[in-house]
Amino acid sequence: MAADYYQALGLELTRGFWLSLKIIGPSAVGGFLIGLVTGAVRGAGHPRFLARLLDGYVALFRGTALLVQIFIVYYGLPNLAQALNLPPFWKALLSLSPYQASVLVFALCSGAYHSEYIRGAVLSIGRGQFQAARALGFTRFQTFAHIVLPQALRRAWPGCGNEIIYLIKYSSLAFVVSARELTGAAQSVSNTYFRFTETFLVAGLYYLALVTLATWLFQRLEKAWARP
Amino acid sequence: MKSINLITWPTIGYLLGGAGLTCLLVAGGLGLGLGLGLGLAALQVYGPRRAAALVGLYAWFFRGVPILVLMFLFHFGLVSWLEELVRACFNYRLRIPALASAVVVLGLCSGAYQSQIFRGAMLSIPAGQFRAARALGLTGTQAILSIILPQALRLSIPAWSNEYSILLKDSAIAYVIGVTEIMARFKAVASTNYQYLLMYSLAGLVYYFLTAVGVRLLLSLYDRVRWPGLAERAD
Amino acid sequence: MTEPVLEVSHISKSCGGRLILDDVSLSLNKGELKVLIGPSGGGKSTLLQCIHFLQTPDAGEIILEGRPASDMGRRHINVFRRQIGMIFQDFNLFDHLTAEHNVAIALRKVKKQSRAQALNRAREELARVGLADKGDLYPAQLSGGQKQRVSIARALAMDPKVMLLDEPTSALDPELIGEVLKVIADLSQSGMTMLMATHQIGFARHLTSEIIFMEAGRITESGPPAELLSTCGLSRAAGFCAKLNQLMGRG
Repeated sequence: MAADYYQALGLELTRGFWLSLKIIGPSAVGGFLIGLVTGAVRGAGHPRFLARLLDGYVALFRGTALLVQIFIVYYGLPNLAQALNLPPFWKALLSLSPYQASVLVFALCSGAYHSEYIRGAVLSIGRGQFQAARALGFTRFQTFAHIVLPQALRRAWPGCGNEIIYLIKYSSLAFVVSARELTGAAQSVSNTYFRFTETFLVAGLYYLALVTLATWLFQRLEKAWARP
Repeated sequence: MKSINLITWPTIGYLLGGAGLTCLLVAGGLGLGLGLGLGLAALQVYGPRRAAALVGLYAWFFRGVPILVLMFLFHFGLVSWLEELVRACFNYRLRIPALASAVVVLGLCSGAYQSQIFRGAMLSIPAGQFRAARALGLTGTQAILSIILPQALRLSIPAWSNEYSILLKDSAIAYVIGVTEIMARFKAVASTNYQYLLMYSLAGLVYYFLTAVGVRLLLSLYDRVRWPGLAERAD
Repeated sequence: MTEPVLEVSHISKSCGGRLILDDVSLSLNKGELKVLIGPSGGGKSTLLQCIHFLQTPDAGEIILEGRPASDMGRRHINVFRRQIGMIFQDFNLFDHLTAEHNVAIALRKVKKQSRAQALNRAREELARVGLADKGDLYPAQLSGGQKQRVSIARALAMDPKVMLLDEPTSALDPELIGEVLKVIADLSQSGMTMLMATHQIGFARHLTSEIIFMEAGRITESGPPAELLSTCGLSRAAGFCAKLNQLMGRG
């Protein structure tokens, strides 16, 4: 029985861990890209209509619980398709798998937080450099892409790195829409063998290791990119 | 849509009760975290080096493990052990409610984050003020209590309001161990009327409202206790 | 000869393997003002902080009115401390308290006075340094000179037997130095015993009974100002003072 348990624990948790990584990877990259574009547009305040719209998106995702967002996307969207009586293609498109729903929500939510750091960094660059670049004949877009963004990214990075670490931990919430990632796997193992403490402790250590590794990596990157 | 009849007065009362429980979770978690955070920060800044290392270890653990995992670990694991132990030793059927477990987990996590907030605030107060207080004859404890803390606490309010909004949203996780707060109750209602989109959007609205009100209150508190020379709030 | 109020005997202190104070001794009689001068990093600040046990000396003894500090033990070091007032270079006012409360807080917490009693005393002391009308202002609303005067009032309120002043004017704009020096001169004339580290030698020479020159943790010269400064160019102290006077544009 004990041997069974340890075998199941090792096997299941490792499988869950891989799924967790498969969730975290795309959501981290997607979230960062969403945050980059959103933050840049909001920081520049241009185009104005889009900036306002994105302000709303960020407020919405930062103001509500992540759990609510997952439930809305996973359970609510099919509901919407039903209510609006959409054609079957759209119904299928809006019925996401647990994996798809988690990645979509994590990326959107994470992007909202990333955009705050990027926006703050863009605003901190100051108008002087912007005007100097324009005076050199850069277009508005060129100035932004070549002068402002590279500096802003460097300043925003500690915050963005932190956000990815949050994402690693919050990826555990995919469990509530029955994705069998690390937490889901731990839940099923502990329910089968009725050993909660050890199982979740080991699951916790997996997360702790991942978070520690990511923290170390991000600090290395921060140092490598630092400029006086 | 026939949603008009789906939400009745008793249902509304039930849902609002969930908001009450959420407030209880947040107040408990923040309160516990405040005490822990202040104590840990003071240890880290003014305590011996070994204590500072222990505090670092604590923060590392609670900032590295997801709250969801901690809730399971704590409520189904450790608390069940504790209940078993009490029954074996005292022949008493102890039942620790999920609400208590959730408050403890939220508090322990928040304590790790709050200790970072207060540590930063304490370090930002010029060391000379502590020395001046000692020079006037105040003991170390007196100097911390009447010179450092009043400043550190006020200084921390903006960061603390952020911690409030994070904890509020994290409190939703407590539904997985059976605390019937907002999330749990909206989920329960949604599973009887099948209006998932509507119910979860409403839940989102409630969180949005609670976040906005709480943050507004905290920032106006900051304005009231701010002394001249302390930075105005950023937004 | 009367018994000295404060006696510093053979104090040594090293930090990180470097000797900062090397067998320093001096004494202060009642009502005396002595001045410590010397290059930065010569150990003046450390000496003042050691007298106040803000830093613990490695060897030697501090004796206040005939009672050695070591008799009081670590536990009662606060009792020892509160009899000595300390003025810092950068004021170290408590930012969250008004001028009045800056002065009152130690009366309330250390001397356990009532709030009203402490505030009364605070107003008296603020009036003494010419700030009767600034009691309700916060440090951020005061000028540097006013801040330093509040910090002097704060120390005076504790009825110290000796005041230690650690370069009280060196963080001030030149036009604000005068008001602080005037308060210090008034204090000295009213009979306060003081030991002051300063670069304001032109000011000090008229008030002080002895100038003590410190360099590399040691007292290298000391004596009455007339004697020390007139032996022009002979001693290191005179040279240093001349240079200082030149820099400050005062004589």
